[in-house]
Amino acid sequence: MPADPSLSRVGIDVGVGLAESRQARFSVADYARAVVQDKITLLAVVFLVFLALFSVGAEILAPFPPTGLNLADRMLPPGAIGSKGAFYLLGTDELGRDLFSRLIYGARVSVSVGVLGAVVSCALGVTTGLTAGYFGGLYEDIIMRLVDGMLSLPSLLVALFVLFVLGGGYVNLILVFSVLHWMVFCRLSRGLALDARSATYVQAARTLGASRLRIVFRHILPNVMAPIIVLFTLEIAILILSEASLSFLGFGVQPPDPSWGLMIADGREHIRSAWWLVTFPGLAIFLTALSLNLVANWVRAVTDPVQRWRWLTGH
Amino acid sequence: MAYFVKRIVNSILLLLLTVSFVFLAGRLIGDPALNMLGPGASDLALEKLRQAAGLNDPLWQQYFRYIGNLLQGDFGVSYRFGFSVLPSEDLAAIGQPVVAIVLERLPATFLLAAVALGLAVPLGVLMGVAAAANPRSAIDRLVSAIALAGVSIVQFWLGLMLIVLFAVQLGWLPTGGYGDARHVILPALTLAARPIGRIAQITRSAMLDELSKPYVVTGRAKGLSEGRIVFLHALRNAAVPIITMIGDELSALLTGAILVEKIFAWPGIGLLIIDSLSRSDLPLIQASIAVVAALVVLVNLLVDLAYRVVNPRIRLGQGG
Repeated sequence: MPADPSLSRVGIDVGVGLAESRQARFSVADYARAVVQDKITLLAVVFLVFLALFSVGAEILAPFPPTGLNLADRMLPPGAIGSKGAFYLLGTDELGRDLFSRLIYGARVSVSVGVLGAVVSCALGVTTGLTAGYFGGLYEDIIMRLVDGMLSLPSLLVALFVLFVLGGGYVNLILVFSVLHWMVFCRLSRGLALDARSATYVQAARTLGASRLRIVFRHILPNVMAPIIVLFTLEIAILILSEASLSFLGFGVQPPDPSWGLMIADGREHIRSAWWLVTFPGLAIFLTALSLNLVANWVRAVTDPVQRWRWLTGH
Repeated sequence: MAYFVKRIVNSILLLLLTVSFVFLAGRLIGDPALNMLGPGASDLALEKLRQAAGLNDPLWQQYFRYIGNLLQGDFGVSYRFGFSVLPSEDLAAIGQPVVAIVLERLPATFLLAAVALGLAVPLGVLMGVAAAANPRSAIDRLVSAIALAGVSIVQFWLGLMLIVLFAVQLGWLPTGGYGDARHVILPALTLAARPIGRIAQITRSAMLDELSKPYVVTGRAKGLSEGRIVFLHALRNAAVPIITMIGDELSALLTGAILVEKIFAWPGIGLLIIDSLSRSDLPLIQASIAVVAALVVLVNLLVDLAYRVVNPRIRLGQGG
């Protein structure tokens, strides 16, 4: 953590020396080496990088268009060679569409719903949570009452009902996720802000006359990023699972947009004859959620001062 | 005591807000009379029904009548279930009261949730304890892997995979439906996967905390057996976070049941919700959502109160 310029300008270095000496022990290279040494986390990171690449470059990387019908090659099992010599890595569906290509395009939809939903709910929750925790008073009471109330409602059920009223689809799904998931970020950030309120660096900033918003967003926020990042990663996984559930029930992403949940719903009709249609989309969701959980665990471990030492030095 | 009252009042307010929201949102999706009779209905029939159901009254009157009826346990009649002659001025003749339909479905959901929880709690706690008692051993790694898989898996997909394996390939168990004990195994297993993972994770970390405390060292110095220390002393102290997690998972079970019941054609309230949503049967949607929301809020309330009873530190802190 670099020394805060507003502090060094007046010659105060409260806490800065400590932060610097802790920082000096581990560099970025140490973190990178730790990822490489931890095989399982490395696998998870590699999987997520590939997933991101495939989602962004679906047009270039997918061997077939996602809606490319080819009735001659219907229901081919994984690894089959089609009528025109086409190779289908994961087989084809009842319309002869390549499952692997559809998974790649589905990744774009499922992952982006998860990421965008998490970004919006994180922004909402962190803003309200940090300000509530730092400002206190009636504002905090109202926000936290709202959070407690909304958290005690069954979120999948509320999502189902709201999507029934508004209609499904990509944008509505992200909207619903944002409205129904900001509370977890709010509760976490409020706790962090409450802790930070009495920290030396916040007192110093207050003494120097920094405004309340400046203290919250320029001083407290950078110092409490680690747990927020962990929760953010976990929330992406939860939202991807929720998207799959809602789309499976017909209230999420609408066809012809490919989404992993929809693909499972489609494949369900052929579950006896074509096992691959249900198995691979579910496996894709499982591996994505698993990787996100593993990465979140790793971030939690390396940002925890007690655990960091063990992880980074391999002891 | 003041806390209990405040908490109960909050829960009631929350429920009132929920049913109000469901009522208003329900009116947003279009003319209830048209929904009820379908697009082929004549104008005369529509008007008759509107008058009979009071749909021509101002919205606020309808709202207060709706809330008033709810308080008397009257959630209205279903648009789709139990049709008789239409149109009729006697609403009771149109369809079955939704509250009867909902109550009829509740036992199946309760049975499913109870079996799932009955699997998840002992398994999850035992796995967590085994992992914490042997940190960084093969058991610990195995438990962590199973727990991680349990929270990362898509529930309905796991259900489908179990059907393929145990019902289609091996033919040991039925693919779905409601009947003898064999019917409950697959849905309960599907529903239990995630709570097993969550409970094992929380038990492991709570037990790791407890087992590093001085009273454990004292117990060992006194020559107590390891089993006694782990199960009688440490587990009792680790109970608070575990119970909180079980409560969380219980309310998640009630909503998770929606998907699992759909996959296994299990005639519980989850399947009822999906059916009523896909048929736009508004009174039935409102009633089933109100009942599930009430159950979840009630579970949360009970867990919160139980938590205070179990943990003397919080209880005394409130009193003093």
